[in-house]
Amino acid sequence: MKVLKDLYYTKDHEWVKVDGDEGYIGLTDYAQDQLGDIVYVELPEVDDEFEKDEVVSAVESVKAASDVYMPVSGKILEVNEALLDEPALLNEDPYKNWIVKFEFADKSQLDELMTSEEYEKYLEEEV
Amino acid sequence: MVAKKTPLYDEHVKLGGKIVDYAGWFLPVQYEGLIKEHEAVRNDAGLFDVSHMGQIMVKGKDALDFLQYLLTNDISKMTDNQTMYALLCYPDGGVVDDLLVYKYGPEEYLLVVNAANTEKDFKWMIDNKKDFNIILENISDQIGLVALQGPKAEKILQKLTDYDLSSIKPFHFKRDIEVAGVSCKVSRTGYTGEDGFEIYSSPEDIVTVWNKLLEVGKEDGLKPAGLGARDTLRFEATMPLYGQEISEDVTPLEGGLKFAVKLDKEADFIGKEALKKQWEEGLKRKIVGFELLGRGIPREGYEVYKDGKKIGYVTTGYLSPTLKKNIGNALIDSSEADLGNEIDIMIRNKPVKAKIISRRFLKK
Repeated sequence: MKVLKDLYYTKDHEWVKVDGDEGYIGLTDYAQDQLGDIVYVELPEVDDEFEKDEVVSAVESVKAASDVYMPVSGKILEVNEALLDEPALLNEDPYKNWIVKFEFADKSQLDELMTSEEYEKYLEEEV
Repeated sequence: MVAKKTPLYDEHVKLGGKIVDYAGWFLPVQYEGLIKEHEAVRNDAGLFDVSHMGQIMVKGKDALDFLQYLLTNDISKMTDNQTMYALLCYPDGGVVDDLLVYKYGPEEYLLVVNAANTEKDFKWMIDNKKDFNIILENISDQIGLVALQGPKAEKILQKLTDYDLSSIKPFHFKRDIEVAGVSCKVSRTGYTGEDGFEIYSSPEDIVTVWNKLLEVGKEDGLKPAGLGARDTLRFEATMPLYGQEISEDVTPLEGGLKFAVKLDKEADFIGKEALKKQWEEGLKRKIVGFELLGRGIPREGYEVYKDGKKIGYVTTGYLSPTLKKNIGNALIDSSEADLGNEIDIMIRNKPVKAKIISRRFLKK
C-alpha cells in the first residue's frame, strides 16, 4: 500500500496535508483498497465547522457506507465537487483527490496524528 | 471460534481474493472488483465458491411425511431429480431458514441450507423428528460446491462434460455425471437471476472443477466472483436473504414468498396455522421495493418514514450495478405499500425522498 511522506495520518486511514493555516483531508490508499469500488461521496457545506473526530463526509462503496472523520478541528473552505460525479477518483488516486479543504482551528492538534513512518508501522502491526 | 476454510481457500488467495469471515467461513468478498464481477455474471458468466452452504440428508420411509410436516412448500409435488425452494418455519410463522430441497428418490432428499444456520436447522430437525422413521445426517463437510452463473454458463460447462446439459431444465439436476474428469451432481439452479448451474462434488474434486472452469471459460469472459456480487445479484433478482427479507421475526408472507407457502396443502406443517391466520387477517406490514429520488444510497437498517411517522426499515439497499439506480427493499406498513407512494428513507439522520416500485427490478 502506498503511503506518502509529508502527510499526517489517522487510525481511520485518512490523511491530512498541511498548507500554511489550511489543510486538505483525503483517504489513504489502504482505505480505498479496503472499500473497493467507491460509488458515492457525501460532502459537507462550505463554512461548516467541525470538531476533531466529528463526521465530516461519507464515502460509500457498493458494499458499505463509511464515515469520514475530521482529523482535527476546522472550518470547511472548499469541497471537491468532482467527487460527486466521479467518486471513483478516490480509488484511482487517493492522495491527489482530496475530499475537503479546511482552515485549522488549532494547528497543535496535528501532534496527535501519525507521521508517514508511524502510519506505515501502524499498517504493519495493527491491520 | 476461528473461521473455517473451504476446499477452495488456496485458490481464492492465489486469485487475489479479498478474504473475509462470512458466517464462520473464510471467503472472498471480491477478487478484481464487485462491479466487474457483477457485470460478468449478467453479461457472460461468473464462478462462485459456495462450499460453505450447509447440506442435510433426510432418508427413510417417512422422509416425505417428515418434510411435509417441516416445510412450507408442497414436497409431494416433486419428481425425482427436481429441486424446490421452501421455508422452515417456527410455530408462530417466523422463519428458521430458507432452503432448497433436492429429491433423490421417494425416500431420499437433500436440503441445502444457509451456512450460518446449518447447526440451528439440524437441531431443529432433530427436535421435531418425533416418531418419523427417518435418518438425518449433516453432510456439509463432505461436499464441495461451486455456482457457475450467467448467460454463457451452459456453453462453458458443456466444454467439460459429454452429458447434454440442455436436457437439465431449470430447478432440475442430474447426479453422477462426469465434469472435468470427476464425478459431480449438476443442478440448474442459482442465486443470481441468471441461467446457471450449481456443481457438487467431493471437497478434493471441487478444486479440479473450479480450476478447469476458469481455464475453459476465460475466452467467454468467465470471472471468479465473490460474496459482494452474490448479494447485489440476488437482490436485483428479487431473491431474499435470510436475516434481512425474512427472519425469525419476519414471516415468509411478509417477505413476499407466498409462492413457497402452500397454505392449502393437505399436510399440517409447523407454522401453518399462524401463517394462515396472518394471511386471512391481512398483512400488517410487507416487503416492498423502492427507488431513491434524492441523493444517497439506501442501506440495510435505515429507517423509513411517511409524513414524519416511522413506518418501517430498509432490509437491503444498493446502488444497483445493473440499473445504476439507488434501489432497495423495505419492510413497511401495508397501508403505505401502494406502488408510487412517496416515502422518506432516513440517511444519516436526513430524510431522502423515495418512491415505491415493483420489486421485480430487472423486469423491463
